[in-house]
Amino acid sequence: MLDASAIANDTSFMLSRIQFAANISFHILFPTINIALCWVLLFFKVRFNQTQDDSWLRVYRFWVRIFALTFGIGVVSGITMSFQFGTNWPGYMETVGNIAGPLLGYEVMTAFFLEASFLSIMLFGMDRVSNRIHTIATVLVSFGTTLSAFWILSLNSWMHTPAGFEMIDGVAHVTSWLEVIFNPSMPYRFMHMLLASGLTTAFLISGISAYRLIRGDNKKSVKQALNFSVTLAAVLIPIQIFVGDLHGLNTFKNQPAKIAAMEGAWNTETNVPLLLFALPDEQQRKNNFVVKVPNMASIILTHDSAGEIKGLNEFRDKHPPVTPVFFSFRIMIGIGVLMLIFSWLATYHYVIKKCYPPWLLKTGIAMTFSGWLATLAGWYVTEIGRQPYLVTGILRTKDAVTTTPPENIAMSLTLYLVIYGFLLIAYIRTLFVMANRAVILELSNASLTDTGSSIEPNIPLADEGEK
Amino acid sequence: MISATVDWLPIVFVGLMALSFLIYAILDGYDLGVGVLLPLDNQQQRDTMIYSIGPFWDANETWLVMAIGLLLIAFPKAHSIIFQALYLPTALMLAGLILRGVSFDFRTKAPSTEKKKWDFAFKFGSLLATLSQGYMLGRYITSFDDTWLSFGFATLSAICVTAGYCFIGAAWLVMKTEGELQRRAAHWAKATNILMAIGIIAVCLTNLFIDQRIMDKWLDGIQVLILLPITCLLAFTFVTVHKYLSKVPMVNDVGCWYPFLAAIMLFILCFCGLAYSFYPYIVPFKLTIFDAASARESLWFIFVGAAVVLPMIIGYTIFSYKVFWGKTSKLNY
Repeated sequence: MLDASAIANDTSFMLSRIQFAANISFHILFPTINIALCWVLLFFKVRFNQTQDDSWLRVYRFWVRIFALTFGIGVVSGITMSFQFGTNWPGYMETVGNIAGPLLGYEVMTAFFLEASFLSIMLFGMDRVSNRIHTIATVLVSFGTTLSAFWILSLNSWMHTPAGFEMIDGVAHVTSWLEVIFNPSMPYRFMHMLLASGLTTAFLISGISAYRLIRGDNKKSVKQALNFSVTLAAVLIPIQIFVGDLHGLNTFKNQPAKIAAMEGAWNTETNVPLLLFALPDEQQRKNNFVVKVPNMASIILTHDSAGEIKGLNEFRDKHPPVTPVFFSFRIMIGIGVLMLIFSWLATYHYVIKKCYPPWLLKTGIAMTFSGWLATLAGWYVTEIGRQPYLVTGILRTKDAVTTTPPENIAMSLTLYLVIYGFLLIAYIRTLFVMANRAVILELSNASLTDTGSSIEPNIPLADEGEK
Repeated sequence: MISATVDWLPIVFVGLMALSFLIYAILDGYDLGVGVLLPLDNQQQRDTMIYSIGPFWDANETWLVMAIGLLLIAFPKAHSIIFQALYLPTALMLAGLILRGVSFDFRTKAPSTEKKKWDFAFKFGSLLATLSQGYMLGRYITSFDDTWLSFGFATLSAICVTAGYCFIGAAWLVMKTEGELQRRAAHWAKATNILMAIGIIAVCLTNLFIDQRIMDKWLDGIQVLILLPITCLLAFTFVTVHKYLSKVPMVNDVGCWYPFLAAIMLFILCFCGLAYSFYPYIVPFKLTIFDAASARESLWFIFVGAAVVLPMIIGYTIFSYKVFWGKTSKLNY
C-alpha cells in the first residue's frame, strides 16, 4: 500500500514537472517576442511621426498585427501559470508564498492592467484618439511589458539566489524587500532576458521580411524593416555575449553546481578545459567522446588558466542532471555564434554592398525562430540547473508537489500538449500567411475582395515601389 | 503575530479579492456570454459581436488573474486546497479560455477560409469556460462534497452560470448594437433571463439548506429583515428587464443601457449574498480567512502597492471604455 502511493507520488511529481515545463516553455515564447517588439513598434511609430513617411506606418501596421496575435497567445497561456502554483505545486506557496506572492501581485497590479488596458488603444485606437495619445499608449504598453518582465524575473532570480529573508518554522519571511527584489542574480538575468527578447524579435522581423523580399515584395517598408532588424541584431549580439558571460560568472559564484553541470566538470580541478563536445555519463560520472580546448573553462570562469572549478562530485545529491544542462548550454551558445555571424554579415551587406544576396536572405528565413530556440535552451540551462531545488537551498522540487492523483495530471497534461502543439503550428503558419497576404497585395495591387481580414483595406494600396 | 484584536488585513484582502472576482464576473462575464451566443448562421453578426468585445476582453480577463492572484498571495493555503479539489474543471476552464482568447486573433489573421472554424472555436471555448466556471462555483458552494446530490447541483450551477453570462452578454449587445442583431440579442436576453432566475432561486435554496450555519445567518434574528428588500429588488429587476426586452428596439434606443445595468445589479446582489453566507470562511467551513492568511509583513507590502495602483487601474479602465464608447463599429488597426 505504501509502495503504491509512493509510486503514485513519483508519477505525479514527474507529470507535474513535465506539465510545468510544457506550460512555461510555451508561454515564454510569446512574451519573449513581445517585450522587445513593443519597443520596436514604438520606434517605427516615432520614425513615422518624425518623417511622415508612409512606409514606416506600413511597417508599424504589419507588425502591430503580429504583436496583437502574439500578445493574445501570451495572455491566455499566462493565465494558466497563475493556477499551476495551487494545482500542482502547493508546497511552493506554503514555503515561500510570503515572497513569491507580493512579487506576483506587483506584476499583476503594476504591469498586467497597464498593458491590457492600453493595448486596445494601441491596437484599435489610432483613429479614435489623437496621434499623441496613441503614441503614449504605445509607450505605456511597452513599459508595462518590460515591468512585467522585471517582476517575474526578480521572483525567478530569487528562487536561484534567495536573499533578504529568514526562515521561521519552515516558512520564509521577508527581512528586506530591497534585497529580495534586487537579489544577487537578478540584474544579470533581467538584462540577459531583455537582450534575448531583442534578439528574438530582431531575427523574427528579419526572417519574415526576408521571406517577403524573396517572394517579390519589394516595398520600401519591407526593406526598412529588414535593415532595421539586422542592424539591431548586430548591435545586440555582442552585448548579449558580454552580459551572458557576466551572468555566467555570477552563477559561478552563487550556484557552482550549475556551472559544473554546464561545463561537464565531474571533479574539482585546476586548468579545466572547455568541452566543445562530450557525452556525459551520469552512471560512471565521467565524459565520453570529449573534444576540448585546454585551460579554457578556467580562463573564462576565473580569468586564470590555473583557476580551480568545483566539480559535480562536491555536490552529491545536490547537483542537477548533467546531460540536459550540458547540451542546452551548448545549443544556446551555438545559436548565439550563428546569430553573431549572420547579423554581422547581413549588416555588412546592408551598409557596404547596399543589397542582400539571395542566399543571405534564405539564411535569414531559416533563422526566423532562432531566438526562440536559444531562449528556450538558455532557460533550460538555468531552470534544470537549479534542480534538485525549487528554491536554492530552501525547498526541494519534490517536496512542493501536489497530492493530486497522477491520472488527473496525465489528463490535464495531454490536454495542454494537444492545445499547445496545435497553437504553435497555427501561430507559425499564420505569420507566413500574413506575410503572403502582404505580398499578394503588393503584386496584384488591384481592388481586392474582403479576404476575411478587417485590416488590409486600410493600408494604402498605392504603389510605393522602389523597383 | 499574536494580537488580541481581529487583524484587519485579511479582511481587507478578502474584500479586494471578492471585488476582483465580482468585477471579473461582470466584465469577462459579458464577453464570455457574447462568445457563447455567437450565431453560427450569420457571419456579419459574428463580426459585429466580436468587434463589440474586441477592445475589452484582454483587460477583462486580467481581473481573473488579479482575483486568483490575490487568493494565491493572501490566502495561499486556500488556493492550494481549492484548486487541488477543482483540478480537472480548472484545466478544462483554462483550455476553454486559451481556445477563445487565441481565436479572437486567429479569426482575422489565419486564411479567410478558416475564419468560420475559428469562430466555432471561439464559441466552443467560451462555452467550455463558462460551464467549467459554473461547475467550479457549484462544487465550492457544496464544500466539494463527493455526493451525487452535490455533483448534480454543480451541473445545475454550470448551466445557470452560463445562462447568467449569456444574459449579461446579450444585455451588452442590446446596448452596443443596432438593428437586426439588437433585436436578436434582446430575444437571447429574455430567454437567458428566465434561466438565470431559476438558477438564482436554486442556489439560494441550496445555500440555505446546505448548512445550518448559513440558515442561521440569514434567518436568525434581525438579518431576516434584510431579505425582504433584496428579494423585492431582485424581483423588480427581473420583471422590468423582461418587459423592457420585449419592446426592443425602442424609439431612439431609449434605455438601451438598462438591461446591462440590471444585469450588473443582479450579479452584485447574488455575489454579495454568497459572500455573506460564507464569510469568514474562505474554504467553506474548513478554513477561515484568518487561518489562511499570509504573513502580515507581506500583506502590508502588497496593500501599500494596491492602495496606490488600484485607483490608477480603475482610472484608465474608465478611460479605455470612454475611447470605445457608443455603438460598435468595425475595428481597424
